Amino acid sequence: MTFSFARTLTLCRKESKLILRDPSSLLIAVIIPLLLLFIFGYGINLDSNKLRIGVLVEQQSQPANAFLHVLNGSPYIEPIIGSHRAELVQKLNRSEIRGIVVIPVNFAQQFATQHATIQLITDGSEPNIANFVQAYMSAIWQIWLQQQNEDTLTTPPTGIQTELRYWFNSAAISQYFILPGAITIIMTVIGSILTSLVIAREWESGTMEALLSTPMTKLELLLSKLLPYYLLGLIALVICFIITVFIMHVPFRGSLLLLLLTSSLFLFTVLGLGLLISTLTRNQFNAAMIALNVAFLPSVMLSGFVFEVDSMPLLVRLATYIIPARYYVNIMQTLFLAGDIGSVLMINVLFLVIFMVLLLTITIKKTRLQLD
Amino acid sequence: MNQIILHHIEKQFGQDTLAIKPLSLTINSDGVTGLVGPDGAGKTTLLRMMDGLLSPTQGNMTVAGLNPLDDRASLRAILGYMPQKFSLYENLTVAENLNLFADLRQIHGQTRQDRFDKLLAFTDLARFTDRLAGKLSGGMKQKLGLACTLLGNPQVLLLDEPGVGVDPISRQELWKMVHSLANEGMLIIWSTSYLDEAEQCQDILLLNQGELIFRGKPTHLTQRVEGRVYALKSTYSHRQLLLDALKLPAISDGVIEGNDIRLILKPEQPIEPVIAALPSHDITATPTQGRFEDAFIDLLGGIKQKQSVLTQIMPTFNGSPNDIVIEAKGLTRTFGTFTATDHVNFSVKRGEIFGLLGPNGAGKSTTFKMMCGLLSISAGQALVLGLDLKKSAAQVRQKLGYMAQRFSLYDKLTVQQNLAFFSGIYGLMGRQQKARSQEMISAFNFQSILDKTPAELPLGFKQRLALACALMHNPEIVFLDEPTSGVDPITRREFWIHINSLVSKGVTVMVTTHFMDEAEYCDRIALVNRGKLIALGSPNELKQKVGENATMEQTFIQLVLDSESKMTA
Repeated sequence: MTFSFARTLTLCRKESKLILRDPSSLLIAVIIPLLLLFIFGYGINLDSNKLRIGVLVEQQSQPANAFLHVLNGSPYIEPIIGSHRAELVQKLNRSEIRGIVVIPVNFAQQFATQHATIQLITDGSEPNIANFVQAYMSAIWQIWLQQQNEDTLTTPPTGIQTELRYWFNSAAISQYFILPGAITIIMTVIGSILTSLVIAREWESGTMEALLSTPMTKLELLLSKLLPYYLLGLIALVICFIITVFIMHVPFRGSLLLLLLTSSLFLFTVLGLGLLISTLTRNQFNAAMIALNVAFLPSVMLSGFVFEVDSMPLLVRLATYIIPARYYVNIMQTLFLAGDIGSVLMINVLFLVIFMVLLLTITIKKTRLQLD
Repeated sequence: MNQIILHHIEKQFGQDTLAIKPLSLTINSDGVTGLVGPDGAGKTTLLRMMDGLLSPTQGNMTVAGLNPLDDRASLRAILGYMPQKFSLYENLTVAENLNLFADLRQIHGQTRQDRFDKLLAFTDLARFTDRLAGKLSGGMKQKLGLACTLLGNPQVLLLDEPGVGVDPISRQELWKMVHSLANEGMLIIWSTSYLDEAEQCQDILLLNQGELIFRGKPTHLTQRVEGRVYALKSTYSHRQLLLDALKLPAISDGVIEGNDIRLILKPEQPIEPVIAALPSHDITATPTQGRFEDAFIDLLGGIKQKQSVLTQIMPTFNGSPNDIVIEAKGLTRTFGTFTATDHVNFSVKRGEIFGLLGPNGAGKSTTFKMMCGLLSISAGQALVLGLDLKKSAAQVRQKLGYMAQRFSLYDKLTVQQNLAFFSGIYGLMGRQQKARSQEMISAFNFQSILDKTPAELPLGFKQRLALACALMHNPEIVFLDEPTSGVDPITRREFWIHINSLVSKGVTVMVTTHFMDEAEYCDRIALVNRGKLIALGSPNELKQKVGENATMEQTFIQLVLDSESKMTA
């Protein structure tokens, strides 16, 4: 049976009409992406504003007062002075404050002997915030040490001084790296979940059996399932891009051509995954569940979109290598925040190409024009 | 002349399911060939193999000289296959569906226009080209499916149960179309589980459990029972008469027909001793024409289970047979602007079997669901045992048993667990629950299958299990929603024996059905069309409205058509 371009076009046209007429596919393709984008853009904010920290000064002294002064001057922290420990603990329990700093009784003596310590208590049930508190407190501690040294006119301790500077995202705004990642999630939803649902629906409704009884070829069938959703994915990409760059004001430093090429690559990869899932299950419920667990959740959890891959445990880190979204997140963050960095893009593109070829090959192998 | 030749074809699914036992035969394009058999007989598997959608495990076949697997491309050009389910795009219009399949078959230009015109006229769908396929009625959907299948002008046409879910009127139209195609020389196979459709065919392939049990003209099969079929008239209760007659060893099969019964005797058994053995003295027996279904059941050895043990385990409900137990007063249900049930009035007396009949989408399911409290009522009243369903639906439900379409059993629970669950939700507990389950288990012979799940059981068992679950709490009233669809004729006969026994204990039964022969079992029938009640009466009364010797099917068709012309006038 020979490939017919006209027949492919007909099938694509039919597919597009079905997408447009089915409210649920529009919901998945347009409403949910927009919702996700705004949630990620406005709702999730990994930066902390002024953290409220309880401070307990067990004994007044000059060094203790100086430390309090530094705390008061910090733009990140709002110290709440407590008179005794129980009161502050209660406030911590009620989440009114995020941590407690205890300046001990013998702080002045310790300071004199160069071995001063303070106690920092944080809420381990909110590890993210606890980390912020810890980081801010050590920064403040450094500032205070430096000031003390200047005041006492002693030479600052030698050794390496930490100095933070955020490259590519100098203001360290989390939207800047979340939004390019969010586009990955949206591409995954359209590519895998929507595609797998729609083809499984053809099996369930029996229309697949009718199609198989026409002269349609395997290539035509696959193309008709790939191209309309590819187009839909590109439209979603454009919408996301416009919102991200012009409404959320995330910078875009790479080239549009590279964005298009790499996105196409990723789209075909997830489309291949979606096709494969629905070809194997032929059932909407199973297809949705598998797509959710195989494509969507890993893209959220393991792609480095929210959780930094480098800070994951080794085993989980190894697992991220088989998540195509990981490479696309990397590409997107690079294109948006850094620009066309050839060496970074090349390796990610290479991995995506491997995944795409692999998934599409398996899909072609598994697609049969027969029922058994 | 086109031919389909099967040579030792065999199809196996999994390890031990033999869907088609070795089969060799030749099918010619000489009139419509009927592929007849109950559900699970292997009809769809056979058709799919002819279409190249399944490959046979053993053997080989040619369809119009082509091998379905190797010559797929050439076969597609000459073969039309209409799958069982409505397999067109519900979100595309009639015209879009036609265009899609014309494009796929690469039919262009003048040929395309000519075929469209011809098929739209042929199927009478020209008025509906802009309507979404999903919004068509069951009959129109099948016609559209047929039109799309015929686009390629096939030489071989395979139709998988085109009559399912289609009311008698649309079925009649479909048959007319198919007959005219067959006259033009097309090889047509029509598969069906409705045995009455077999009489329309030139040639019959009768399948049962993957095995060909008869091949030939339908009249050849009916000849088997010639001289053994009798219609019995009596003043005695026809239902009791049938139950009594079936207990006699000389009887192979028996059904109710209006106020009479039809009996099929075993070979070489005279009718006289049978009449003598029956309790009534005014019986007149007249020999009558055998039917395809009679012959089919006879071929399989007649019905085996001839009496229902339900009489022993169901309590007797006393009360006057003049008590009204179910009543609909101006019953109305609207969905948006659409009125599904429109001011319907009827009443059902104690111990009656009351049938609700109507074409697809006529509103019989809506009415039925309101009567058992599953659907809220827009206007009017539904009374069961004097209780208003609007106010005391829960109280009513405790007194009625409900058997849903497709049986609604839990497929993952075993038979025992299903029984325990359904007795539990009706409030049976402890020793009482155990005793009742045990009664059901021995009554319906569930011992050997207690640990199996319904998914592993044949439909007949499922149906009995569903009935057992619905009867757990000794309901006074039983609602049956298409209880026998998809079930083979023998199981259906046995099912009705159970229902007849229930009624003999004073239970009232309300039933919906698509089978016209089952309508005969009802004491009275309400015929619904477009939400309105168009006729109400006993099967005989309804038949007489149409003509002296009208069959139930002719009656149904005529009454519905009359109401259509009245409504549009």
